[in-house]
Amino acid sequence: MHIDPSVVDWSRAQFALTALYHWIFVPLTLGLTFIVAIMETIYVKTGDEWWKKTTKFWMGLLAINFAIGVATGIIMEFEFGTNWSNYSWIVGDIFGAPLAIEGIMAFFMESTFFAVMFFGWDKVSKRAHLISTWLVAIGSNLSALWILVANGWMQHPVGMRFNPDTARNEMVNFWDVLFNPNAYVKFLHTISSGYVLASLFVISVSSYYLLKRREIKFAKRSIMVAASFGLIVSLFNLTTGDDSARQVALNQPMKLAAMEGLYNGKSQAPIVAVGVLNPKKSYDNNESEFLFHIDVPDGLSLLGFHSFDAYVPGIKQLVLGDKAHNIESVESKMTKGKEAVSALKAYKEAKAKGDKEAMKAALAKFNANSKYLGYGYLKKASDVVPNVQTTFYAFHTMVACGFWFIALFVIILYLVMRNELEQKRWLLKAALWSLLLGYIAQEAGWITAEVGRQPWAIQDMLPVGMATSNITSSPVMITFWLFAILFTALLIAEVKIMTKQIAIGPKEA
Amino acid sequence: MFEKLSYLQLQEYWWFLIALLAALFVFMNFVQGGQSLLWTLAKNEDEKDLIVNSLGQKWELGFTTLVMFGGALFAAFPLFYATSFGGAYYVWMAILFCYIIQAVAYEYRKKPNNVFGEKTYETFLFINGSLGIILVGTALGTLFSGGNFVVNSMHLSHWTKSSYGLEAVLNLFNVAFGFMLFFLARIQASLYFINSVDDENIIKRAKIVLKYESIIFLILFAYVAFSIFTMTGYSYDPITKVVSKEPLKYWHNLLDMPLVAGALGLGVVLLLSGIVAGLKQSAKGIWLSGIGTILVVISLFLIMGYDHTAYYPSLADMQSSLTIENSSGSRYTLVAMSYVSLMVPFVLGYIIWAWRAMNSKKISIEEVKNDPHSY
Repeated sequence: MHIDPSVVDWSRAQFALTALYHWIFVPLTLGLTFIVAIMETIYVKTGDEWWKKTTKFWMGLLAINFAIGVATGIIMEFEFGTNWSNYSWIVGDIFGAPLAIEGIMAFFMESTFFAVMFFGWDKVSKRAHLISTWLVAIGSNLSALWILVANGWMQHPVGMRFNPDTARNEMVNFWDVLFNPNAYVKFLHTISSGYVLASLFVISVSSYYLLKRREIKFAKRSIMVAASFGLIVSLFNLTTGDDSARQVALNQPMKLAAMEGLYNGKSQAPIVAVGVLNPKKSYDNNESEFLFHIDVPDGLSLLGFHSFDAYVPGIKQLVLGDKAHNIESVESKMTKGKEAVSALKAYKEAKAKGDKEAMKAALAKFNANSKYLGYGYLKKASDVVPNVQTTFYAFHTMVACGFWFIALFVIILYLVMRNELEQKRWLLKAALWSLLLGYIAQEAGWITAEVGRQPWAIQDMLPVGMATSNITSSPVMITFWLFAILFTALLIAEVKIMTKQIAIGPKEA
Repeated sequence: MFEKLSYLQLQEYWWFLIALLAALFVFMNFVQGGQSLLWTLAKNEDEKDLIVNSLGQKWELGFTTLVMFGGALFAAFPLFYATSFGGAYYVWMAILFCYIIQAVAYEYRKKPNNVFGEKTYETFLFINGSLGIILVGTALGTLFSGGNFVVNSMHLSHWTKSSYGLEAVLNLFNVAFGFMLFFLARIQASLYFINSVDDENIIKRAKIVLKYESIIFLILFAYVAFSIFTMTGYSYDPITKVVSKEPLKYWHNLLDMPLVAGALGLGVVLLLSGIVAGLKQSAKGIWLSGIGTILVVISLFLIMGYDHTAYYPSLADMQSSLTIENSSGSRYTLVAMSYVSLMVPFVLGYIIWAWRAMNSKKISIEEVKNDPHSY
């Protein structure tokens, strides 16, 4: 089946656009629901009406964010069908399950108790209301769990086998899919990053009040809760980031090489602390990798394999192969993949004719090469190299921001405990603007994860070029621009409403 | 437990769950119906706020049911997901746009500095409540009337018309199906307001809508039902799986499944009694018509998918038509997901608890005014 290459590009662009917009709103919901639940717990425990008012204020901001998160989220699920229909068939038997479980286990919980949380203050008991608030937080985080089980499976497919009769991958072990280590690491890293963003949000808004010398008590107490929460979760985020990098090293070595701009593999590989990539560098030329860089010796070997001496393959070895380290070349994988593709076709033709001998022969050939089926759809070996520049800078931006957030939480917590925060106006300004860095870090994280695994929709199994719908590019182009206009308009409205509510402040909450 | 079921029984079980979700979704469309009636039932700002807030506590449940419907289809019948969504691209995208704008409209409508003004967000609600539902109904109509797709030997599909699904609106049956759903939603909304709103003026106007639009709905319902039970459907041979045309297929299915026929009859009776109860201003109207709607929709889905019927006929290539047997997930996945489905009663339980807690007292203009977080 011929697929128009421009459909692939427009479909990728549309998915990237909608995912990036959706991801502006989700992390804040993931974290703010917990912060609100903690505040309401304090209210229920102490009976102090001031905490109820504070809870309601943050809850109001949560609702503004939540609505647009829901709006941008619905399209994500359906886009797998509308824009990636081949994907939906080829891996839907595995991928659809977590999405359905997400619906039944998380979405209903969120939506049911969201209404109780907002409108039920005087309709249910204090305890029932508090439970509802916690269930919204748990529901939104459960939703993240299942979507990351799905995403983790795309990055490290397990628990399935290819069925030549149905021409698709089918689940053979639900528990392998559910307990995929890649999924859990991704889940923990993603939700903890959401908690960090929510902490930054509360600190940023509170810093605004302190800079304006208003809502002092509210701001200081909110900062105390958010900075404590933020410090704990950002340290946790650091450890899950380390685990995440290890999973990438084990399962997606090309992504790791792109994240670090590592063209030539080496033992005792350093990690780049700061660097500027040489744009002329390619795996098949002798240009230097960086125009400028500062390394941490042995850092990449340690990060990826928890050993100073470990060998980390570079882009060159991963494309051309390296017998010394038992790395097969992409050309060789492509040859086997094309044999698998032709054997599958022969099997289907023989089956249609009822020729059992030919079926058996084709199946044997297919089984011998089925592991490389995805490579059979690649055009050239260099297709397996993702955009190194984008992956490298996105990864380093995310990491740099992450370390800054830890420092920020420590300093703020120290000063607020010494009651000196209000005097440090430079720090309040830095805290205010760090929220922007929080959003940049969030998007950079996803860009690292998703650009770094290109060209694969399913790692080593299904390239994006085979995964799209069999439609022309015009409909996708039209909807791309419609989404771009609509989501941008809604984002502007959301930011204006949010900033206005913040300017009004908690007094009217 | 589920391991003991045959593959076909699992496929039938999952088709029943799809039918149940579709039925709950159609019931929850009263939210959309209410949105489309906003400017009809409310004559001043207070009344508008009351209507928006009475629906605002429920909109997300309907939205979630739609998402769940999609998720369940993806998991249980991935070939439908791939074929219909990837083929009838424009129709599904138009539906999704209608739902995207709903999600922000409630929250942003009354907020200061909302950029586009209150009227814009009310228009969003109206578009979702009218065009959104008519398009959903049109898309559901194609499950009987068919779509222009071809599925190849690798089970990869493509659409044969460059209008990518928009051609469905040229089919009278599909459009009638869409409008039938639209008027049903408005009837249900009227019954919901009679049940949940403490405002005599709104209730009075809701009763007028109920009185006249029930007639339009019943005419459309009669036309759609007559069309379904007299149309030629696609059936398939249980052994060879070869698809062929069968005159009066859905009528035959009705006769073959007396339990389903009984449920359909009971559903129609309950739906009619709900309307009558509503006209008498009884709060029970929404529940009678709601249960009736659920029974009717489930019955229609079972007639469409059971009894060796192609639930998504292909107009371009008959043998490409989708059946619950050729479009489902693997046996293993259906078993695994069936265990997950045991959570459904638990989910329904807490939804009922929350509904009762939130609707224990009718919502009034005063309540909306006194709630700083009201929509």
